[in-house]
Amino acid sequence: MTPRVRLEGLSRSFPGVKAVRDVTLEFEPGRLYALVGENGAGKTTLMRLLYGMLRPDGGRILLDDEPVRLRSSQDALAAGLGMVHQHFMLVDTLTVAENLVLGVEPGSPLRLDHEAAREAVREASKRFAIEIDPDLPAGELSVGQAQMVEILKVLHRGAEFLIFDEPTGVLSPQEAAFLFDMLRRLTGEGKTVVLITHKLDEVLALADTVDVMRRGAHVGRLEGDQADAARLARMMVGREVLLRVDRGGAERPVPGAPLLQVRGLELERRGGRRPLHGLEFEIREREILGLAGVEGNGQRELAALLTGLERPDGGEILLGGEPVGDLDPKQARRLGIRHVPEDRQKSGLVLAMNLRENLILGEEDDPAIVTAGFHSATRIDALARRRIESIDLRMADPGQAAAELSGGNQQKLILARELAAEPRLLVAAQPTRGVDVGAIEAIHRELLAMRDRGLGMLLISSELGELLSLSDRVAVIYKGRIVAIFDADAVDEEELGLWMTGAKGSGDA
Amino acid sequence: MLEPRALRRFAITLWESIWPPGLALALGLIAGAAIVAAIGENPLVVLPMIFEPGLASVDGFARVLYDATPLIFTGLAVAYAFRAGLFNIGGEGQLYMGAFCAAAVALALPGMPRFLALPLAVGAAAAGGAIWGSIPGYLKARFGVHEVINTIMMNFLAVGLTGYMVDRFLKEPEQMIPHTRVIAESYHLIPFAKGPLGAWLGLDRANPLGASLILALLAALVVHLVFKRGVEGYRLGAVGLSPDAARYAGISVRSVTLRAMAVSGALAGLAGVHEVLLYRHRFLDNFSSGLGFLGIAVALMGKNHPGGIVFSALLFGFLNTGALEIDIFTEVPRELVMVLQALIILFVVSITELAGRRRRRRVAERRGQA
Repeated sequence: MTPRVRLEGLSRSFPGVKAVRDVTLEFEPGRLYALVGENGAGKTTLMRLLYGMLRPDGGRILLDDEPVRLRSSQDALAAGLGMVHQHFMLVDTLTVAENLVLGVEPGSPLRLDHEAAREAVREASKRFAIEIDPDLPAGELSVGQAQMVEILKVLHRGAEFLIFDEPTGVLSPQEAAFLFDMLRRLTGEGKTVVLITHKLDEVLALADTVDVMRRGAHVGRLEGDQADAARLARMMVGREVLLRVDRGGAERPVPGAPLLQVRGLELERRGGRRPLHGLEFEIREREILGLAGVEGNGQRELAALLTGLERPDGGEILLGGEPVGDLDPKQARRLGIRHVPEDRQKSGLVLAMNLRENLILGEEDDPAIVTAGFHSATRIDALARRRIESIDLRMADPGQAAAELSGGNQQKLILARELAAEPRLLVAAQPTRGVDVGAIEAIHRELLAMRDRGLGMLLISSELGELLSLSDRVAVIYKGRIVAIFDADAVDEEELGLWMTGAKGSGDA
Repeated sequence: MLEPRALRRFAITLWESIWPPGLALALGLIAGAAIVAAIGENPLVVLPMIFEPGLASVDGFARVLYDATPLIFTGLAVAYAFRAGLFNIGGEGQLYMGAFCAAAVALALPGMPRFLALPLAVGAAAAGGAIWGSIPGYLKARFGVHEVINTIMMNFLAVGLTGYMVDRFLKEPEQMIPHTRVIAESYHLIPFAKGPLGAWLGLDRANPLGASLILALLAALVVHLVFKRGVEGYRLGAVGLSPDAARYAGISVRSVTLRAMAVSGALAGLAGVHEVLLYRHRFLDNFSSGLGFLGIAVALMGKNHPGGIVFSALLFGFLNTGALEIDIFTEVPRELVMVLQALIILFVVSITELAGRRRRRRVAERRGQA
């Protein structure tokens, strides 16, 4: 049955970093453990050691008091340890059933027993009360469904001890709730669940036991009922952290004149799909409009239209009362529209370039740094140093590659670049996704400070807590349309969740 | 500027760009030695012979430089496109077009004074290559057609087209050889050996080295500056390393792609200056024995760095010069040199890949694998 897992003095170094140092932990069957810590605290490395993807430099792993050597994830699976990865590892073109049995295919080497594979899906679906068509290609699954298949896959391989790496990052609140039910059911069956996360509310709602890591070391274990958010945050960061930035309360600046007006926006794709359909809203100067919605309801397309990456098929975008016309990214920048893109590593930065070079991306032809088509090294260096200082990246060296920065610092770098020009409108997509607690606080402060100086902002985030604490108003997007707009003080996450999933509102499916 | 951190990074970068090709060269020579031994000749006699003529005298070294000159151009062409993430396999075709245009202009305007004739011919060579590079560049930018396929196809077209033009319009009358008439004197580049420099350096009167080398080194310098400091070089790099980020930042990936292919083609076309103005003084049908393709190897070995390209072109120059020596003085066939070239390229590719993987892993680990 489910083994008792014990880690004894586990360590692992990489050149220049001790990623995991001397960690001793014990996991009892039938319990739900949460492993929390900032990015780079060593959570994922620790779990990779346990899952056989990395080998420890020191210490050992015991299953039911027997020391084991896990040389690969196959070894780990054979010992009943399974991992559900942050990024799904499904083959899009294979069906659910084929994905489920991938690697442990029933039938002969020359012939896959499809019926047996389907039966395995049906059986699992029944057990967890999930509706999944075994013959659907994995590419057509919703994010929530894909994750379910991922979990079923691990269970199908006989895992008794399940590690979940940031499982709710891409789920709607309802999908997350469903996942949590499933986790509960698993521990109810006597399995062990370890949840790696940095969302403290999930931890507090779910975990029987919370383990905190900081800089590779295990700094404490709390029973679920002793834990509270402030205490966990303090343990993670090593100092007091403001979990919610005060967006101004009574001194909140009064929004100014209308800045951005979007009217009847349409976007059509081949095959008649309409990612945006009759979308309307308005943002004023000195106002943050939060955009809530389950991923894939048109947020990405809206951001693309506002920043000139794509052209609408209908409707109007007005900035300061003037139609923006045919917008391209260059033109958008000239008008004072800036973008913090959702995928910062792919679209926000050139990872292989150094910080200096990344800080002039999009402004590489600025006369301030260019003479006759060539860059002035000294002027760029001065500019880079100024900006690096402005965002408090003191540790950073302007010549180091952006790839070497942590997620939080990468995001700060993008903000420093985009906000330096004092833009009028900022489109910020998931500005704190995958960013650690300390950096979230800094990013939130920066955004609020810019708003107070007159910036209007569209804040697209899947973190409802973030939306509610930063935004002045929150709009809900559903199937390419704004279905509701609330004053941020007059709405809660539950209400937003109902609108986001179409349970409330038009519901025109 | 001379911070210890920056200095240290520079030293590391330098070391990391030197050891993989260096090791590859060493391994290639060792493997070559084994082959020579297998043929039954003494590798310690044969291998030094490759480098001997180039190192023995100034005249010999000048011949190596002469062989290296067109390779500098075609190597730079590959590196320039690669900066924008494009594989220009069409250097050969662009070289043909460059050479042909230079010859055609010279034949069309024979009465030009020298100070106009040379810039005109050089410009024509660049323009011919640029046009030939722009076509696949446009197809890539506008329709997303992969440049590798198109540049390869354009090579065949260039060889065919120039051959036809020569045969139909420009062929020297009453001659069997498919080449054009000799171009006017005012278009000739005079070899150094015929001037005071040649006497001073002690070059043999027949030594062919000439001003095309200076043009090649100048081109390398300009490309280096553009890569390092140019706004255009920055854009090329951004598009090459992350087209998405470039697009989000308002850089037009399409126009950068088009310009990169045009300039790349122009660089390859400039090799035509060497071929026509210095060497043959006419366009010969089917003249190039893969100088454009060898440019790919030169760029690879030089790690797409203009300075590296000059050195690797030099290495290939040595190999070419040495081939003759081997052919004359040993039983080993001169094709050994081609085998050596191939071996070195194979080692460069695999070692560069391994080194890159090692570096990426180190970066990933430094980030704390969060």
